[in-house]
Amino acid sequence: MSHPSQAANFLKDEKRAHWHDETLWFVREKRDIASKNIPEWEELRKLASGIKDHVLSKLDYYLEELEQKASANGIKVHWAKDAEEHNEIVWSILKEKKCKAIVKSKSILTEECHLNPYLEKRGVEVVDTDLGERIVQFLKQPPSHIVLPAIHLKKGDISEIFHEKLQTEKGNEDPVYLTHAARKHLRDKFMAAKVAITGVNFAIPETGEFVVCTNEGNADMGVHLADVHIACMGIEKIIPRRADLGIFLRLLARSATGQSITNYNSHFRSPAPGKEIHLILVDNGRTKQLKREKFKNSLKCIRCGACMNTCPIYRRSGGYSYGSTVPGPIGSILSPGIDVKKYSTLPFASTLCGSCSDVCPVKINIHEQLYEWRQEITKAQGWSTKGLSMKMANGIFTSPLAYKISGKLLRASLKNLPKSVIYNPLNAWGKNRDLPEVPKESFKEWYLKNRS
Amino acid sequence: MSSKESILSSIRELNQVEKPLPDLPHFESAQDLVGTFQQSLQNNKGSVISALDLTDLVNSGAFPKVFSGSKLIPDLKTFELPERGTDLNDLDLAIIDGQLGVSENAAIWLEDENLGLRAVPFITQHLVIVLEKSKIVGNMHEAYSLIGLHHSGFGVFIAGPSKTADIEQSLVIGAHGAKSLRVVLV
Repeated sequence: MSHPSQAANFLKDEKRAHWHDETLWFVREKRDIASKNIPEWEELRKLASGIKDHVLSKLDYYLEELEQKASANGIKVHWAKDAEEHNEIVWSILKEKKCKAIVKSKSILTEECHLNPYLEKRGVEVVDTDLGERIVQFLKQPPSHIVLPAIHLKKGDISEIFHEKLQTEKGNEDPVYLTHAARKHLRDKFMAAKVAITGVNFAIPETGEFVVCTNEGNADMGVHLADVHIACMGIEKIIPRRADLGIFLRLLARSATGQSITNYNSHFRSPAPGKEIHLILVDNGRTKQLKREKFKNSLKCIRCGACMNTCPIYRRSGGYSYGSTVPGPIGSILSPGIDVKKYSTLPFASTLCGSCSDVCPVKINIHEQLYEWRQEITKAQGWSTKGLSMKMANGIFTSPLAYKISGKLLRASLKNLPKSVIYNPLNAWGKNRDLPEVPKESFKEWYLKNRS
Repeated sequence: MSSKESILSSIRELNQVEKPLPDLPHFESAQDLVGTFQQSLQNNKGSVISALDLTDLVNSGAFPKVFSGSKLIPDLKTFELPERGTDLNDLDLAIIDGQLGVSENAAIWLEDENLGLRAVPFITQHLVIVLEKSKIVGNMHEAYSLIGLHHSGFGVFIAGPSKTADIEQSLVIGAHGAKSLRVVLV
């Protein structure tokens, strides 16, 4: 389904859409306050962008260094060229450990690889332990936002699903009550799991360690209680030096939620005695994106979600309207790289206002890449209604007579044509908008009458 | 070709020109390190208490099971840690030493030697971190330059009690980890 039709679905519930818009804008405002407290904010962005540019320019070198140092620390490193291989590696570890139930903290990569359904098909119980992710998992939905997975839901919805799944009081919508019910439920899962899966925020070749950031502490609860920790990362998650974390940890949480830092920033360098850490390095289309000169710096993304919170389209169309694992502006430049046909409408889900690029902590030129993808997609498709109207406009503006006649025609037709023609589905701009009242005469006619 | 080779060779065949790695400059930070740290901790919903308050807290009887690994405040009530983290599910209060604190965000750095067991600061219902005032630095850059490349199998910055805002953006303290964080500055 295309973005416009999914967005129309979202907008059917006008009140909820308005709430969604305002809530995300609230998060965006918190980000503004947090960033303005740091005088060197712009310099930090520039440094982060430069560090990531450097990493991408010698990614092969850093991946090998990471493998070598991490292995020396006792971490088992695996390589996966695609989602399937990633899932197979996880499954082979679970089989070896005879593990039938796992806990998982937030990992967009495992969403991208569709790990949950893959494991569930093989009889493994997968429990997402981030509160927002657990909520959407109960509802059999994917996250609608990469940082705020359940942002599309109201507390009434959550109260209902918790009543059904966790036997909370019917109608009790108190967030404290609901969160503590989830705490109790998930503690039991943590206590029982032999294997815990996490994503990776940053991996450091210099020390052979990786860093996982959470506010809830769910990643740490999982991995420190389990015997085996499997960490899954896209190959672009590297930053070269430990000291670079100073830059990125200052940027990440401020950009994401307006906090000065995430609560728990855990650095995993070697397994605890008697335990195992596995690190899976996943390509799944990233080397292909690296080949695309115009789009490769989308790989600098640190998944803070700031571009979603600020985007006037995301806020008013919801995460599901994008139909991709990563929604919003950054998703709209990453997803066409994975499947340009399936995601062909996403680069058009933007006003090109540039706000996404302005808030991006690693200075990805998101709106310019959206524009570039439009060029690629339009070229591939051959024509568009907008292209057709531009061609018509070109003919009209080059001939004075055509211009004069077309003006008269338009004024007459806009006044007299039935609304169904003007607001037809081909005219997306007619949706939810009224055209201005049509003047009786053109400016030229008025001038001739009054001033000549 | 193994997946490793195929990934590496598809990067190598791009023959990219190496872009320079930026040097990290020095950034100024707050003058009043301790005051700023306290304010940041409050913003994160943690609190500062005195060593005396801590003794009262431990003796109050509100926390039946207390573990202390603190060397900065010795002789607190404690017990021998079990081998497995899962045996700590009934831990009410953990008291541990932090290595350094960061005033801009109240993040406190802890390593394996401070924790005893890695699960301790997460599984406990309530957490106390003891921190020397002289170990508070201005920002994350100063923190990492002090930590250096020192090897600890696990290291963590903890900045407050466990929290979430996943239900309608309402802040709730005590998601999975410790429901409170108190910091004793010595």
